Amino acid sequence: MSTHLLPDTVALTGRSLRHVTRSVDTIITTVIMPIAMLLLFVYVFGGAIQTRSASYVDYLLPGILLITVATGVSYTAVRLFVDRSSGIFERFQSLPIARPAALWAHVLTSLVANVLALVVVVLVAVLVDFRSPAGIGAWAAVAGMLIVFTLALTWVAVIAGLSASSAEGAGAFSYPLIFLPFISSAFVPTDTMPGPIRVFAEYQPVTPIVDAIRALLAGQPPGTDLWVALAWCLALLLVAYAAAMATYHRRGA
Amino acid sequence: MMHAIQVNGLTKSYGELAVLQGVDLTVARGAVVALLGSNGAGKTTLVKILSTLLTADGGTARVAGHDVRSEPAKVRAAISLTGQSAAVDEILTGRENLILMARLRHVPDPRAVADGLLEQFSLAEAATRRVATYSGGMRRRLDVAMSLIGDPPVIFLDEPTTGLDPQARLEVWATIKELARHGTSVLLTTQYLEEAEALADRIAILHQGRIVVDGTLTELKALLPPATVEYVEKQPTLEDVYFTLLGASQEGTTP
Repeated sequence: MSTHLLPDTVALTGRSLRHVTRSVDTIITTVIMPIAMLLLFVYVFGGAIQTRSASYVDYLLPGILLITVATGVSYTAVRLFVDRSSGIFERFQSLPIARPAALWAHVLTSLVANVLALVVVVLVAVLVDFRSPAGIGAWAAVAGMLIVFTLALTWVAVIAGLSASSAEGAGAFSYPLIFLPFISSAFVPTDTMPGPIRVFAEYQPVTPIVDAIRALLAGQPPGTDLWVALAWCLALLLVAYAAAMATYHRRGA
Repeated sequence: MMHAIQVNGLTKSYGELAVLQGVDLTVARGAVVALLGSNGAGKTTLVKILSTLLTADGGTARVAGHDVRSEPAKVRAAISLTGQSAAVDEILTGRENLILMARLRHVPDPRAVADGLLEQFSLAEAATRRVATYSGGMRRRLDVAMSLIGDPPVIFLDEPTTGLDPQARLEVWATIKELARHGTSVLLTTQYLEEAEALADRIAILHQGRIVVDGTLTELKALLPPATVEYVEKQPTLEDVYFTLLGASQEGTTP
């Protein structure tokens, strides 16, 4: 029945995209937290933070973009959980469809919703004087990096959505992901941090991802950060995908 | 003769809890069989195994001639699942639910199929409203309509009237009788004895993990001592009162 994978995924993605577009509140809450953080750091804390960037919003934006994705994928987990608990997921599984389509639909919906949220956050950043000399190539690299990052976190969200026993639990998995950028180079340079925290900050995945995006947006060569960041994202993507599929098969028939 | 459903010695445990302890059940082609049992008797577990959502620990089950374990895709092409175990999408409209189901069943012209069913189930006026605004009866009618797409020869109705008001329950009953007339095989789970009496050709009772009784209503009644004749004053039941008072509106909606 795998011959139907593409049409079935298209049909089910259309369905879950309607869930996103018809609950405007989830779109707003997805972008409102990162935007609030952006404004808070630019206008309240930013003045007291010393970075090497000319403007703090230029320094800050990459971290805010990662937080946007981390917030966005929590809704992916919740949507999947609601499908499971309402029984509609079982209805789909009892149909003669390519079964993985039910998961891929959520993954593609997550990708579309997060890309929209990222565009909104970047536009708001432009309003508060974010400027970038980056060319098309650098922007494409940033977009590619964020898409791989979104896919990786989305598959983590699928694990949460498949294994949670409550909607709150499904959404809560993303709290550590939202918090992780704070102990990285996203908001302040890591060289002000004390020993062990600094070591953690410099070797956790958020720092190379943030540094690579920041260099690309500043029109500078990202150097090895780009490859380290890409390696982290792809490794996370593969591990999360394998774990999500294992969870799916353990729970399914 | 090939049966619609044939179950032999089916077992299923959740950890220590043995839910099914050797279930044997046969549903002949075109028959409506009611599976009775209290809450937690394992009715839903059995339906989920037969609809390939769960795997049994032991025993065999064939649906429409296909083994649920080794040929699950063929089983899924021959069945549909409705009721407690299968939801409708509340955020989509009635029409969108039907079109989605038609696309997933890969039938030609999903829109025409949806429109036909909306008409048949008196949902045409509500077609463009979100299902969240539907009454319980409308929702269950939509549920049954969705399960008819692609004409599956075997339908599982898992507690189709649980939580419905008496009016809506009669509407669903009428739909099920219509299904049976068209030769669809139906396995109906219910907690309501009168529902089994009204709809089923055969009645099976699942108790403590086994089918303890299986037969027609007449056969089941014959298990008890012969009826004694008593003279009692016939009081109207509450149901009689309810439908007499709501008489006009009832005639309008019950086919």
